[in-house]
Amino acid sequence: MEFTRRETLAIGAGAAAVSLMPLQAFADQEATDAAVAEYAAGGAITDGGVELTTPEIAENGNTVPISVSAPGAASILILASGNPSPKVIEFMFGSLAGSQSASCRIRLAGTQDVIALAKMPDGSVRRGTSTVKVTIGGCGG
Amino acid sequence: MADNVKPRVRVPRSVTAGEAFEVKTLISHKMESGQRKDKDGNRIPRSIINHFSCDFNGENVMQAELQGAVSTNPYFQFDAVVQESGTMTFTWNDDDGSVYTESKDITVG
Amino acid sequence: MKNITLSAVIATGFALVGTAALAEGQPPAEIKPLVIDGINIVAEAQAPSHMDIPAIYSGWEFRAEETQVLQLDDFDNPGMLEVDAAREAFNTVDGAAGKSCASCHEGGPEEFKGLAAVLPRWNPDQNALYTMEDYINYCRTARMQAEAWPWGKTQLNGMVGLLNLQSRGEIRNVAIDGPVADLWQQGHDIYYVKQGQLGMSCSSCHEENYGVRIRAEILSQGQTTGFPVYRLKNAHLNSVENRFKGCMKNMRAEPYKPGGPEFHALELYVASRGNGLGIEGPSVRN
Repeated sequence: MEFTRRETLAIGAGAAAVSLMPLQAFADQEATDAAVAEYAAGGAITDGGVELTTPEIAENGNTVPISVSAPGAASILILASGNPSPKVIEFMFGSLAGSQSASCRIRLAGTQDVIALAKMPDGSVRRGTSTVKVTIGGCGG
Repeated sequence: MADNVKPRVRVPRSVTAGEAFEVKTLISHKMESGQRKDKDGNRIPRSIINHFSCDFNGENVMQAELQGAVSTNPYFQFDAVVQESGTMTFTWNDDDGSVYTESKDITVG
Repeated sequence: MKNITLSAVIATGFALVGTAALAEGQPPAEIKPLVIDGINIVAEAQAPSHMDIPAIYSGWEFRAEETQVLQLDDFDNPGMLEVDAAREAFNTVDGAAGKSCASCHEGGPEEFKGLAAVLPRWNPDQNALYTMEDYINYCRTARMQAEAWPWGKTQLNGMVGLLNLQSRGEIRNVAIDGPVADLWQQGHDIYYVKQGQLGMSCSSCHEENYGVRIRAEILSQGQTTGFPVYRLKNAHLNSVENRFKGCMKNMRAEPYKPGGPEFHALELYVASRGNGLGIEGPSVRN
């Protein structure tokens, strides 16, 4: 699927604003908070215990490689706080998982925080956050 | 989108029992996010692979629930561990109801 | 020029005209070995004698590490999905003659080892400059009596990818003399002429400012040894001449037609600027 630069801007609900405004002020914070609360389902959330690997600067927001690892987790949810819809992907590990880790490639509508939430078997949730700067390339052609 | 969807998977042919090994999957799919508009300003409906599962001899290795923010041609890398020889199956579910599958035999040696 | 970005220059509105003579490209920050499936690919070489810069580099060397690694394993390279589809098409009968590619090319795509390294070249039978796309479409129309595949679409790009892959690691060596001398000169002239509302030429970016940022992105030398290119931006394989078109749109110029005579001449000239680099297509770029 092909995004023109203009479309990428558009789906960012104003990606230009992202670079000018503090991340906390982004309009999608509410949706992200809601997604976090829904996933945690009342479980305690603590920072740490999740290793989220992202590029510091993504060369193109349309394909951003990420990896996540949370030893012992039952599942891991990836959220993109600055996307029009924050949920990206949830990994659920089965009995034959060799580790509680996975890599994939995701779309980011602009510079933003990517959040990984790991649900532990006891219902508690661990959180890892990583800021990814998404550049609008010089050569959109 | 059910046309020309091709899964690729890579697993070792032979593994050691109880030792984690790497699994990679890649499938050709446009992953239309549902966020884009066409030239007339109408929203292009979402058309994505929404679910992925990797299983071995009927037991689950990993499942994933995908949203529109997963990139075109979804790629996964993860680890599996098995105790005996058998068949690893891979299943992708499309929004349009299509199911794409692939399988690989793995020998514990 | 070295401490300011090219975009800053463009943003001032009077463009590169005044500064171009002083500008100079920068080598990649770090030269890494490009090895794919055990095949070493020459990604840095002395520039051919017809050029004014000291060294040539694969565009891979200018990319961020996250983009680079996508090309180091064929499984991770999403462009290979289109190559897989082309491998199937190679063996699929199409057209009134009831033939597939494999009907004539019994040795499979492997028969084309080395070809990508010397294209575009003069085809004496057709009296024309031929790119890989031209050879494929000649076979499709003349031998298979099938429809030509349109430029820029996945069937043609995938097949070019499959055939170029057979030359992985071979050193590019396109001829620039003899019957193509005039076309090469035409391509050279297109490369250096300023076009469009921004008053830019190919050389503004890819000769005078490679290694320098244009807005947030580091410019490459515009080498074509990695084509077709899977771009993260549009998530499919892109042909050389479709990439030229994108460049010209960014220059606010009226693009030539992919597959047309101007871009063919330019493809030859730009290919000759990579003489000495290893063939690496299909590659992955941003």
